[in-house]
Amino acid sequence: MSFIEYSDLIQDGDVAIVHLGHNSVTAVKVHHGAQTQTRFGVIRHSTDLIGQRYGSKVTCSKGGWVHVLHPTPELWTVALPHRTQILYTTDIAMVTMMLELKPGSVVCESGTGSGSLSHAILRTIAPTGHLHTVEFHQQRAEKVVEEFKEHRVDHLVTVRNQDVCKDGFGVTGVADAVFLDIPSPWEAVGHAKAAMKKHGGRLCSFSPCIEQVQRTCQALTDRGFEEVRTLEVLLRVHNVRPVTLQLPDFGPDSSSSFSQAPEEAPPSAAPNPAPLKIKTTTLPREMPGHTGYLTFATKPRT
Amino acid sequence: MAQNEDDDYEYRIKEGDHIVLKRGDVYKAVKIQRKKKVIFEKQWILLDNVVGHLYSTTFEIASGGTLQPKEDKETESSTDVKVAGTDNRNIVDDGKSQKLTRDDIETMKEQGLKNEEIIQQLIDNSSTFTNKTEYAQDKYIKKKKKKYENTVTVLKPTCRILAMMYHGREPGKICHLRYDTLAQMLTLGNIHAGSKVLVFETCAGLVLGAIMERMGGYGSVIQMYPGGGPVRAGVECFGFPAHFHDMLHEFPICHVNALLAGTLDTGAKDPTAEEKDLNAAAEQEQVQPEAERQEGSPADERMGTNTGDDAGQDQEKLEREKRQEAKAQERKVKLEEKRRKLAAAAALLEASNADGLVIASHFHPCSVLLGLIKFLSPSRPFVVFSQFKETLIECYTKLKEQGGTVNLMLTDTWLRHYQVLPDRTHPLLLMSGGGGYLLSGTTVATDHSEPAGSPPAEEPAPKRQKVKDSEG
Repeated sequence: MSFIEYSDLIQDGDVAIVHLGHNSVTAVKVHHGAQTQTRFGVIRHSTDLIGQRYGSKVTCSKGGWVHVLHPTPELWTVALPHRTQILYTTDIAMVTMMLELKPGSVVCESGTGSGSLSHAILRTIAPTGHLHTVEFHQQRAEKVVEEFKEHRVDHLVTVRNQDVCKDGFGVTGVADAVFLDIPSPWEAVGHAKAAMKKHGGRLCSFSPCIEQVQRTCQALTDRGFEEVRTLEVLLRVHNVRPVTLQLPDFGPDSSSSFSQAPEEAPPSAAPNPAPLKIKTTTLPREMPGHTGYLTFATKPRT
Repeated sequence: MAQNEDDDYEYRIKEGDHIVLKRGDVYKAVKIQRKKKVIFEKQWILLDNVVGHLYSTTFEIASGGTLQPKEDKETESSTDVKVAGTDNRNIVDDGKSQKLTRDDIETMKEQGLKNEEIIQQLIDNSSTFTNKTEYAQDKYIKKKKKKYENTVTVLKPTCRILAMMYHGREPGKICHLRYDTLAQMLTLGNIHAGSKVLVFETCAGLVLGAIMERMGGYGSVIQMYPGGGPVRAGVECFGFPAHFHDMLHEFPICHVNALLAGTLDTGAKDPTAEEKDLNAAAEQEQVQPEAERQEGSPADERMGTNTGDDAGQDQEKLEREKRQEAKAQERKVKLEEKRRKLAAAAALLEASNADGLVIASHFHPCSVLLGLIKFLSPSRPFVVFSQFKETLIECYTKLKEQGGTVNLMLTDTWLRHYQVLPDRTHPLLLMSGGGGYLLSGTTVATDHSEPAGSPPAEEPAPKRQKVKDSEG
């Protein structure tokens, strides 16, 4: 396994995603002799995981079973240990497309945070691209380096432990795209510009508050960025379910009673009309209404 | 300087390139051909002059439609006005505030006045302009600028630009697939270099092109197509390098049942039997529906010109002559080629180990999904787009009945754009009503297809039942 390449069989040292049912997943580091507790019982790695095919059903000690899935950035996003607030797949998808990421892209990112977006970027720019990511929090930077190694994507990424607003990205003139998810992105716009290729590139800044967006847009315009656009994407999840709706009883129908009464069963037994069953979707009572504003811009050739 | 020019080579516009024209938020994809006029935003333009310039250059449209690179980019201050009102209490709409008539403006245009000059004239002749608030003045100028704008920017095509272009210009052709929805599809489908992806789309090739861009020429894409041949107009707009087409395969969806049943003929099982192919050619002709041949050949031609680039037209002529000389021969070769392609695609499919499945079409997705999902390996993502939620509800229900999938999600996204200006920040007044719906999920091994040697604990029946509840 690797986050950038599918393989069929689970091997020692892999990170596997255990699907516990109903959108509940957890990431497991596969090791000979190791065990993982789930609410369905114990999974023994040596016998239950290693050598099995990804996607198999694994029976746990209590007789319950789970599915073991190949890791993807999307599954990792819902399974990863949070060290910060993270970006979710809906925003990540938009960022990836609007930054025009593809195999070979060179990307700068800050902060690295919990690495949710980083994994998605690495998946998209592999096998020839590179990610330069900057995280000013030392422990978080160290932790994410460790994860990249475990996930076998460390050859595609450089983590720098520095303050992007003061020290920039540690590279100049190489990036096709820059992503900023920091409290004061306007202070990093200059560094972002310096990190980007001479012939131009794309920038994105993620901010929860509109005041941050305003200052960022101003900074982008001042620095000569073009096509400055701010947008917001929201995901709606529809629950598919059958719904049964009663029909009211209008009482005996005088016009049809003449024709009906003689042929059919006793009128007194006429039950309420049969309820109607429809297949529909319902929306959750509450849903995430805001994650952050995404501001995109193009750096022109300089 | 010489070295600089070398650096820029790949960023220069060349003849035969597929480009995108942009003005404001309007895009149009065209191919650069000498002396060919294209119409953009109600203006005829000639693209000859853009060749050799760098991508993202903005051009001014001169008389006769020729383009001149725009010199000074920022001339915003040319229409600076200092006097402004505070509110609109004294502004009356009498329809007489503008003293210039339509004819006056037309004459100015004919005289070849620059758009800034025309706008200045409009401002000078507007009796209410100085009474407007600063913001209203700004808005007025912006509106007029948009109207008399006479520039066009030449962009290198990307998935972002083309998806926005199709959504803006021809949403009907792409089943109203909005660009943020396309973005979700690429991510949910885990589209990346090196994988083997199945695609069924009737979105003019936009979805296919988007997938190919994300795969960067690594791996393989098998396009399942309905009818006579795959539609790839959108793919060509991307202007992919020739080697990208090596990863692209096609397979007619009408042969899926035969393939699954193992009865697919056409030499798929035995690709080396080439002598047989010639003999079978005559038969084949009858077997293939008429439409297939008719639609198939222009598609092939288009592919030909795409790789041949500038020599394309000449080649086409030559080919036409050749065809007249040896029509039968040509057809045989073509059929052979087609069969070889079919065999290659069938071989890729037969292994049933595809890494991803993307469906976006105007067909009912249910049968397509249930048919094609069989070609996926376990633990692989699939994503189905539909303009209508109801079709996906059916897919969801069928998949739940059938099993073999987890993480089923029926979703749609809202997309909201913002105007961000000092003291005037708010959501844009207009937003898209709907960009379609997605059903996504992950395949898992079904009980039947589990490897025979699957070690311990094939669980006893009662236990199995117990857990079924937890699966949902």
